[in-house]
Amino acid sequence: MSSTALSQFSIPFLMGNNLNAWSEALAGFNLLGLPLGLVILAAIPLVFIALYSLTYGVYGERKISAFMQDRLGPMEVGKWGILQTIADILKLLQKEDIVPTSADKFLFVIGPGVLFVGSFLAYAVLPFSSAFIGASLNVGLFYAIGIVALEVVGILAAGWGSNNKWSLYGAVRSVAQIVSYEIPAAIALLCGAMMAGTLDMQQITILQSGSLGFVHFFLFQSPIAWLPFLIYFIASLAEVNRAPFDIPEAESELVAGYFTEYSGMKFAVIFLAEYGSMFMVSAIISIVFLGGWNSPLPNIGSLALNDMTSGPVWGAFWIIMKGFFFIFVQMWLRWTLPRLRVDQLMYLCWKVLTPFAFVSFVLTAIWEVYVP
Amino acid sequence: MSNPTYTVIFYLFAAITVCSAAFVVFTRNVIYSAFSLLFTFFGVAALYVFLSADFIAVTQVVVYVGGILVLLLFGVMFTNGIMQTGQKSEVFHIVPGTFLLAGIIGALLYTFYTSHGWMPSESTLQGSIVERIGFETMSRYVLPFEMVSILLLAALIGAAFLARFDKSGK
Repeated sequence: MSSTALSQFSIPFLMGNNLNAWSEALAGFNLLGLPLGLVILAAIPLVFIALYSLTYGVYGERKISAFMQDRLGPMEVGKWGILQTIADILKLLQKEDIVPTSADKFLFVIGPGVLFVGSFLAYAVLPFSSAFIGASLNVGLFYAIGIVALEVVGILAAGWGSNNKWSLYGAVRSVAQIVSYEIPAAIALLCGAMMAGTLDMQQITILQSGSLGFVHFFLFQSPIAWLPFLIYFIASLAEVNRAPFDIPEAESELVAGYFTEYSGMKFAVIFLAEYGSMFMVSAIISIVFLGGWNSPLPNIGSLALNDMTSGPVWGAFWIIMKGFFFIFVQMWLRWTLPRLRVDQLMYLCWKVLTPFAFVSFVLTAIWEVYVP
Repeated sequence: MSNPTYTVIFYLFAAITVCSAAFVVFTRNVIYSAFSLLFTFFGVAALYVFLSADFIAVTQVVVYVGGILVLLLFGVMFTNGIMQTGQKSEVFHIVPGTFLLAGIIGALLYTFYTSHGWMPSESTLQGSIVERIGFETMSRYVLPFEMVSILLLAALIGAAFLARFDKSGK
């Protein structure tokens, strides 16, 4: 039994470049009749979120924000403060897990969990490489847009359960913001789906591959694609509550918004959810407009740069790098732009982004139908 | 359904659906029943997935969790005195209620066991479901589709009209 299990386990890394080869081999891996492979398949994005939030998310953001403000950032723990995150984790683990006496215990406890699950569920349809995807659904993009709804319920549970007026205000603001910005975001992604003619994330990515690298990306395939790209990027900032749309947690007005009352590990889970959704929206924008796991390098004559940098392992590298680039832009904007007011936020959504999203939708449709 | 894993997962989701739906009905706290609806909706979406109706499952999540549940939560939270559990109706009709329940369940079970008209498709569905739904919506069912669109547009305009700040009234 163990020998067959072992041979099955080593298959994914030898099976080569077939589409979804790694994930399908992993899904078929059973140990003692238990579907251990499916659990591992689900655990891989989870481990990825944890690792990336600890390194790039927490430490990277502190360093980047410090450099942008001409400071040094964390410098005390380890060389250049590299161990600062580990110190933070130790602190969070040791903290007393406080549930306020007047809080609604049940909702207060499940709130961060529902929030994290909401941001984690979308990872099921993100193709991390040509050989790895959690679930190759034919409604992948639709699922990724729709599943965010769970986050909304988690935020409301946390905000209401805290029994604190700042928390409730933060939660209500956050939900109003996410629900409104879902509309321009969904229409902008629909433009990408129209260009692809499918909702399958893996198929969308494959349609953008080619020997000329970045030229095949949807962003450069149509003269209007930059508009939905920009609209989705702005709307995704609002959906993950990042600056300049961070009014749900506006420190100067609401203390910390819906997570004011949280401390210790529950606070850590909320932050993990935030970093999880940051990478999620960055990966979605990379997949729909910037070719996902495709290499951006073109083949120049005999110098086959595209062929050299393609393959399952390179694919994972490219999509993670593209995601990290957009997270860097999110951080950059956070320390550059001032926060919007609530009425400005709604004005931007309903009177600017939504009409322009409709315009780009119609123009993309005309382009796709009449220009082959 | 031969794989035992799928059977276990199916019963897990069925249990989640039924238990959370029962909790919605039996809890005294309106907020809890609204949050419990989340699990009911997700369980139903999972059951759609077991019927190979991925598109309907995702639509269920988008419409019910993203739209209706959030609206319901807002409505419940902004209602005064919602945490007072003393609110209950003084009208009880246990005997007619029981008869009605038994009648409905009996009729449903009778239909379920006697009719065989499940209308299985002549050919199994090939390729993407989404594409077929798009073609059918835009060809055979275009009239119902347009009628629903006009209805929703009218509802949207009506809502915007009702919520409008009345300048002449002030």
